[in-house]
Amino acid sequence: MNRYPLWKNLLVLTVVLIGGLFALPNLFDQDPSMEISASRDAVINQATLLRVEQALQQEGLAAKGMAIRNKKLLVRFKSSEDQLRAMDLVTVLLGENYTPALTLSPDLPDWLVALGAEPMYLGLDLRGGIHVLIDVDMEAAIEQAAERYSSDIRTLLREKKVRYARISRDNDLVMVKFNTADKRDQAADMIGNEFRSLNLENLDEAEAFFVRVALSPTEKQEVRKFALQQNITTLRNRVNALGVAEPLIQQQGERRIVVQLPGARDPAKLKEILGATATLEYRLADTEHSVEDAVNGRIPPGSNLYHERNGAPVLLKKRVIVTGNQIVDASSGLDQRSGQPAVFVSLDGVGAKRMRRMTNENVGKPMAVVFIENRTTTRMVDGKPVKVKRKVEEVISIANIQEPFGRRFQTTGLGTTEEARDLALLLRAGALAAPIEIVEERTIGPSLGQDNIDQGFMSVMIGLALVMVFMTFYYRVFGLVADMALMMNLVLIVSILSLLQATLTLPGIAGIVLTVGMAVDANVLIFQRIREEIANGISPQASIQAGYEKAFSTIIDANITTLIAAVVLFSFGTGPIKGFAITLAIGIATSMFTAIVGTRAVINLIYGRKRVKALAI
Amino acid sequence: MQIINKDSYFDLMGKRHLALIFSGMLLLVALGAIIVRGLNFGIDFTGGTLVEVGYPQAVALSEVREALSQDGFGDTVVQHFGTSRDVLVRLAPREDMASAVLSDRAFNVMQGIDAGADLRRVEFVGPQVGDELTEDGGMAMLYALIGILIYVGLRFEYRFAVGSVIALVHDVLVTIGFFALFQVEFDLPVLAAVLAVIGYSLNDTIVVFDRIRENFRKIRKDDSIDIINISINQTLSRTLITSGTTLLVLIALFLFGGEIIHGFALALIVGVVIGTYSSIYVASSSVISMGVSRADMMPVKKEDGEPDEMP
Repeated sequence: MNRYPLWKNLLVLTVVLIGGLFALPNLFDQDPSMEISASRDAVINQATLLRVEQALQQEGLAAKGMAIRNKKLLVRFKSSEDQLRAMDLVTVLLGENYTPALTLSPDLPDWLVALGAEPMYLGLDLRGGIHVLIDVDMEAAIEQAAERYSSDIRTLLREKKVRYARISRDNDLVMVKFNTADKRDQAADMIGNEFRSLNLENLDEAEAFFVRVALSPTEKQEVRKFALQQNITTLRNRVNALGVAEPLIQQQGERRIVVQLPGARDPAKLKEILGATATLEYRLADTEHSVEDAVNGRIPPGSNLYHERNGAPVLLKKRVIVTGNQIVDASSGLDQRSGQPAVFVSLDGVGAKRMRRMTNENVGKPMAVVFIENRTTTRMVDGKPVKVKRKVEEVISIANIQEPFGRRFQTTGLGTTEEARDLALLLRAGALAAPIEIVEERTIGPSLGQDNIDQGFMSVMIGLALVMVFMTFYYRVFGLVADMALMMNLVLIVSILSLLQATLTLPGIAGIVLTVGMAVDANVLIFQRIREEIANGISPQASIQAGYEKAFSTIIDANITTLIAAVVLFSFGTGPIKGFAITLAIGIATSMFTAIVGTRAVINLIYGRKRVKALAI
Repeated sequence: MQIINKDSYFDLMGKRHLALIFSGMLLLVALGAIIVRGLNFGIDFTGGTLVEVGYPQAVALSEVREALSQDGFGDTVVQHFGTSRDVLVRLAPREDMASAVLSDRAFNVMQGIDAGADLRRVEFVGPQVGDELTEDGGMAMLYALIGILIYVGLRFEYRFAVGSVIALVHDVLVTIGFFALFQVEFDLPVLAAVLAVIGYSLNDTIVVFDRIRENFRKIRKDDSIDIINISINQTLSRTLITSGTTLLVLIALFLFGGEIIHGFALALIVGVVIGTYSSIYVASSSVISMGVSRADMMPVKKEDGEPDEMP
């Protein structure tokens, strides 16, 4: 007799029920929604909800549902037109302290939400969105650190009144030149005491004595780590300001950052904002020297030649009053007097103090605002890509200081309100600690995403139907049982993907299709064995028993090898390929359960309790 | 219903020399194609920019080509993708523009032809990323092979491990050779498919090996070739059925899964067909030529009952 103990039957039943339950959310429609999150000091509360609700009602936009979850306000709509209109409305209504983002959210009944059940997390290739891989220029980060040290050393030696001949930077090294060995040794001690993370080396040449300063390996490591972390923070701030729900910003490897924005539609804008290095610098104009001389190549020491946007040359002091790093907040708007687009800037304590002192000392003299942007282009030279970096420095405004100013002030001179808005966003998000370059982009439009879902779903269904028809014809009752197992397997894969919130991608769907084809293999192995045993003249009940037993180790062996391939795929693969590996691995695991334990339970129920003369196999 | 009569017995191993010649020729063509024609690598590996745009109406490729070249895009490949409303453009790097923003400019130009144009897909892979992927892909394949070699070596015997890896290398080479011969684009999903082929083909081989081992222990006969022949015949129905169902779903995927998944499905179809053949001929023939015998198959410790029935 073939009977399962009660607990085994219950186990199968429980797995089926729980699997079905957690697969359930995938059957519900996804509503176009808006997720509003608060930034800075703002909070989301019932008052915000009422405010948004009222504003929507006034415009005749009915929300399908509103709820506050995880400090975010979720508003669901009937159509994506409503969603887009509401987005514009809310952006204006709530202002810069709130960020509305477009998203999709399933219209689940409350009891499912309470259970924590969610639909599968769709990858970018299915829901549409933007994926970029960003490379952080670590060499530049190290050079910047060396540059900072060279300026610190200059300050130190000046303060301690040690005379040096020259300080220069050569890539990631700083060379300090002295005229006598005594001065050099004295300075080397001082530098060594002050900056313990630097490696110093004395070099002697005829009539010239050098200290060669290098960053220690641990210091370099720190610089790299900081650059990456700081860039991730900055990029996160920038992305958050753009208004995308569920953005993913993650370190990948030692110098790369992945940014994934589901549902985002405008890659051009995104890349511009991500890669932007725009910042501001405030400098005093040099009024003591002639601009014409400078244009002709005689630039006075202590000053640099700049150009205004219209091309007019300007001579500015080398010393910077305030840099973009000292800006803690910025917003955009219009200048009250001229109506020009303006950026309102707040400085940190140190910056404000410097600004106050400098403007106090220089009332009536002109001060310039320099807009700085690094642009990197990759060119092909002899078939090889070469990175060309170009620093764009433009004077956007130059005006006489009317009165001393301190922490908050405004800057005009930008071309459009759009430009002012972007600059404010960049200043607010903070500067990038090291230049970045986009080395990979994958954008999937929403229409292609939907097509991918439809086509993927269709191929799963057709593949499933074909296999089920074949199995029914070939193995009759046993085939039908295998078909049940196959469907159960599909439900289990979906529910596990939903539970894990693992990303489902198009190759992931292909993995499911492949699993459907391969999952029946275990049943084919078992059923062939049963047929063999029957052919050998063994009784039906014993054949079932022997078939399952003998096929077991073969099934395990065969599946483990496929699992090895899946694990390798997972560990090496990027996004979409990982998705394939995940569904393949989950499919193998669930198929072993459904094909061995699941079918056995049903077969036992059908044949196990009675005397059977022949099996329908 | 039966595919193969249960009493039928094919002298499969008797024709293994013919199979050897066939496999040799297959490998020769595959290697020749890989060396002479090379693989038509997709931008995942070569780096580059690809833009797919959907138009509301069918659009002439010449029109798109013209518009792009007028804007300064040289050396572009413009083709329809799936339907005549979908246009796929491959862009060459430009002197005057960062690679990352090429796609934005190209889309702008393409939108100029019809304002209703819809950006369906952008793929930009920097040359360095492409190189890394190629290297990683090669390593992944190597790791998969080594992992499988170890597992099969532990579970069976080293000759079986070597036999299965020979079969795998055979399958992978023929599948890649197919892509080289017909110059089908070889991209990341195709590489994933090739790795899946490794898993699948092994699956088949293991089932045959399992039976060979079982029969070596059960059948008191000294003729190894005969035992292997019996084992393959016993598993033949299963091999064909499983390959058949897998092929069914793969053909569904190929026909209905959309353009993007074509290469992936094709690689798996080729791999499954060749994997089925190789699990019958290549793996088992290799084991025979390495001279496996009954004595090698006997369990070392008798008192453990059936050591091969590891749960």
